[in-house]
Amino acid sequence: MNKEFDFERPIVEIESKIEELSREETEESKAEIERLQQKAQRLRQKVFTKLSPWQRVQVARHQQRPGLRNYIDGIFEDFLELHGDRLFGDDPAIVTGLAKIDGLPVILIGNQKGKDTTSNLACNFGMPHPEGYRKARRVMELAQRFHKPIITLIDTPGAYPGIGAEERGQGEAIASNLAYLSRLFTPIIVVIIGEGGSGGALAIGVGDRILMLENAIYSVISPEGCAAILWNDESKAEEAAGRLKLTSKDLLRLNLIDEIIPEPVGGAHRDYDETFERLKEALLCHLRKLQQVKVELLVAKRYEKFRKMGRFLEESKE
Amino acid sequence: MVQDKEGVLPPQNRRTASDGLWIKCEKCQELVYRREWERLLQVCPHCRYYSQLTAKERIAFLLDKASFKEHDKDLKPTDPLGFKDSKTYKKRLAQAQKKTGLFDATITGEGQLGGHKVAIGALDFGFMGGSMGTVVGEKITRIIEKATKRRLPLILVSSSGGARMQEGVFSLMQMVKTSSAIAWFKEKGGLYISILTHPTTGGVTASFASLGDIIIAEPKTLIGFAGPRVIEKTIKESLPEGFQRAEFLLKHGLIDMIVERHHLRKVLIQILDFFKSEKCPL
Ligand SMILES: [Zn+2]
Repeated sequence: MNKEFDFERPIVEIESKIEELSREETEESKAEIERLQQKAQRLRQKVFTKLSPWQRVQVARHQQRPGLRNYIDGIFEDFLELHGDRLFGDDPAIVTGLAKIDGLPVILIGNQKGKDTTSNLACNFGMPHPEGYRKARRVMELAQRFHKPIITLIDTPGAYPGIGAEERGQGEAIASNLAYLSRLFTPIIVVIIGEGGSGGALAIGVGDRILMLENAIYSVISPEGCAAILWNDESKAEEAAGRLKLTSKDLLRLNLIDEIIPEPVGGAHRDYDETFERLKEALLCHLRKLQQVKVELLVAKRYEKFRKMGRFLEESKE
Repeated sequence: MVQDKEGVLPPQNRRTASDGLWIKCEKCQELVYRREWERLLQVCPHCRYYSQLTAKERIAFLLDKASFKEHDKDLKPTDPLGFKDSKTYKKRLAQAQKKTGLFDATITGEGQLGGHKVAIGALDFGFMGGSMGTVVGEKITRIIEKATKRRLPLILVSSSGGARMQEGVFSLMQMVKTSSAIAWFKEKGGLYISILTHPTTGGVTASFASLGDIIIAEPKTLIGFAGPRVIEKTIKESLPEGFQRAEFLLKHGLIDMIVERHHLRKVLIQILDFFKSEKCPL
């Protein structure tokens, strides 16, 4: 069963009433059930179109939200996982491999998060180490050499802040990927499916198209981290979430992403298949377009795309 | 992201704390004759404590006398998100500008070093912890692009808490901008020397600062992606002595060398002399 959010409570109440009525099996109750179902649907639609940034953070982190493995099964065929960075180890927080989408071969790179304590411990809560980023770089190189497009699926709270990660050069691993992706001569589509946590997400987040699921978030720092530093009070996370402009709508408005993939009413976790279908359609559409662009032009345009990001004033141009 | 101020006072506070002929060392509290302290490039003769240099001081001491020509001086930050915590971002900017006399946290330009023409940039930790917002990202990117076009060796001196949270994802994207520009610069045959000074963390470490062909750090500099307090909180144990200091990074193969401040110019000239070629004309 899905875990409900506080803000879904009125809907849940209606739904339990529906359940009660469904036991009666009278003509009247049937009509009433239909009426209530429509009401619940309308209400859910209303609630979810008006979610606050902090509520979206909750949806993006929902335990039942589809994760990388669900997308691999739901959208791609013939997935073959590739392991290891050939330098230190294999990071379970980043998954890479060969895949096909509608018969089209692609290189897949994504963040692995768990759905419960056991699976979360197995993938370090989706927080990569340098070897994860270096494994990703290894398959990026493979993609370029064999002219395969890359699709990255981002869902991470951020790069892991730990002793080993620092010893092995977390900063260098991320920086190198940014530089490498910017000059990679193959199409790249980036999708933020859940949490886009800062530099740790960005390390597989440079591409020709940046797509974002409607309730995904993308931020320079987690709302909790921001609140702890700027407010000196982690309980101000809700306010920080609002200030950081981390929702898909905000980021599209600020021209920092290219497209929002609408989620089923109530969030991606309410209807996996519908979510996969919508994302698959968008991916195929962008892939086909990108494959028609000469790859040199693609790389030049990619540079320009990020080059333009930012706002400043300049006297001579004011 | 991490506004690490461990053992560091912004330069302005330092000045007002000890006006006159003598400077009091922040670390050991010993008095140092001001002229001597300046001659030692603000390194304490008693305890070898390195005071932070402002971007202006850093560039002045690295380059040949009066050779610096500043670029993009009139770039000013805006408040793209309308950000506010306990103070508005606008107010924080105004205060930092007043304190440092800079519009934002970096100075970039061209100059000469041992007779070599170089492109140079330095971050100023005194301006909101040297954090990288759009103006820092844009100025650094512009100087990299200029170095690429003019085939100049590039020297960037970092000192930063990371990305500037108040500019949200705009700040994050400056990591891509600067790293992409470095990638292009290297592809065109440019030589990039990255100098890490106390402290260099977060989004700056995870972008241009870690991409040097040669990476030099000052002694004891704190260098890392995550700040020590964040790591401590995550792993719930105290960190080993010397963790994330320059000496630790050298041991782990992450930087090329640690150079004392008074040797820095000499080492840079040696490197520039070595790589002098048609691609980096004098
Ligand atoms: Zn001292």
